[in-house]
Amino acid sequence: MSTWAWVITGWIITVVVVVAYVGLVLQRGRSLSRQVPPEEQRWM
Amino acid sequence: MLRDAMLVAGKDLRVEARTRVGLGQVAPFAVLVLVLFGFALDPDRGILEAATPGLFWITVLFASVLGVQRAYAVESGAGVRDALRLTSLSPGGMFLGKALALAVQLLAVELVLGVGVIVLYGADPAGWILLVGTALPATAGIAAAGSLSGVLAVGLRVRETLLPLLLLPVLAPVLLAATRAFEAALDGSPADGWPWAGLLALFAVVYVGCGIGLYGTVLEES
Amino acid sequence: MSIGNGQSAGTPLATQDTRSVTGHPTTGSPATRVLGIIVLLCLPLVLWLSFVATPPDAVQGESVRLLYVHVPSVTVAYVACFVTFVASIMWLWKRSEWWDLVGSSAAEIGSVFTALTLVSGMIWGQITWGTAWEWDPRLTSTLFLFLLLVGYQALRAASPDRSSRSRRSAVIGLLLVPNILIVNRSVQWWRSLHQDATLFRTDLDFRIEGLMLFTWMFTTAVGMVLLVWLLFHRFRVGWLANRVEERQLSEAVAARRAEATP
Repeated sequence: MSTWAWVITGWIITVVVVVAYVGLVLQRGRSLSRQVPPEEQRWM
Repeated sequence: MLRDAMLVAGKDLRVEARTRVGLGQVAPFAVLVLVLFGFALDPDRGILEAATPGLFWITVLFASVLGVQRAYAVESGAGVRDALRLTSLSPGGMFLGKALALAVQLLAVELVLGVGVIVLYGADPAGWILLVGTALPATAGIAAAGSLSGVLAVGLRVRETLLPLLLLPVLAPVLLAATRAFEAALDGSPADGWPWAGLLALFAVVYVGCGIGLYGTVLEES
Repeated sequence: MSIGNGQSAGTPLATQDTRSVTGHPTTGSPATRVLGIIVLLCLPLVLWLSFVATPPDAVQGESVRLLYVHVPSVTVAYVACFVTFVASIMWLWKRSEWWDLVGSSAAEIGSVFTALTLVSGMIWGQITWGTAWEWDPRLTSTLFLFLLLVGYQALRAASPDRSSRSRRSAVIGLLLVPNILIVNRSVQWWRSLHQDATLFRTDLDFRIEGLMLFTWMFTTAVGMVLLVWLLFHRFRVGWLANRVEERQLSEAVAARRAEATP
């Protein structure tokens, strides 16, 4: 593989993993938020 | 604290003396691993000779995982942990006792393995001062880190699989340092080995300190 | 049953004023929204700086562009692990749920970014050294850090209750830093016995300045904002999970009580 291909691969892996992790955290937050009454969510 | 340590170590060693799990199962297992390495790495091609120090310490690491599991399996009976907590033994002393008993058993395994390496792999123990000077701090470090990791996995349903995952990354530097020191001793250049023995001593001090300080935290959980 | 009904009746009223921004209950708050918008706005700038504005390096060529994503990953990973270490010490001192959640949140984020560090580092090694893995002290100790973080999370997942979870993980969190120091030192010592160790050093310590240095610092800064944003959200997820666990526990206790008294 050429240098450019490796560089792009590295960037894509990083961006995809970060976006997937961010999505996972947000999704977990949403599904848990529904199970907890809002008065216990102090950041609101 | 030292008196408590001797009490706990004496208890563990008495259990071992009566059940002989260490001598009857862990030591034979370690020798078996040595023989299997002999099969895997053809002894006629010189690989085995070059790899002897590493194989010795890998085998010790595997044996230590079994030893730690055994040391805490003894206490896993119903109510034993509560009973231990109710005794007025200091947590630091209990940790030291556990580690001491484990170290004694590991030294016995290492002795058996040493004879095995000399007989099976044809290793020449000429630099024995460095060999002993490496084995003692390395064993102390393995026993300390092992006792601390062991108590972290106590009582969990997945403890058998979790313990190696927690313990082996911590013990990796011990493997590295002890192997390099043994290589130096077997090569007949012990001057290269003593700094590694020093690193092992530092490792042992760090983990004995962490163990004494942290053992109580895990133990006092309800 | 009555608890569930009470909640579903109360929720819509409460959401109208505070949650109308997203329409769903989330772990977001005005502060995190600001941080998130900063990261999103900076992202095109990061890409432009990394791929268009900066020239290829004199020594490294185009592979230097990989470092604009590798270095922020390393920084975020190590800062997150240090947060876990500090939070573990603070938990051992204060014994509060807050520090436990800070430590575990940072550990999870740290393990994601350590994995990314390893991947981008290996790709960089493939370009520069021709092999994906060299027994370089930094690479090796990062691998062991990752393994220990995996153990940290396995331990938390395996612990039956919150008390044992926070106790046991605080011990591992405390061991993170001594372990990384000992591994790093021993590998460095070991590799310095071989002659080729100097070769890596010249490759790693090339000079970087001007716009390239700015890009490096800018992407790292964006990474740090992302870390803070993630820490807020992950902390709240952990906090909500604890509340759900408590509710389930009290419901189970209530169900048992109801069984016992006919």
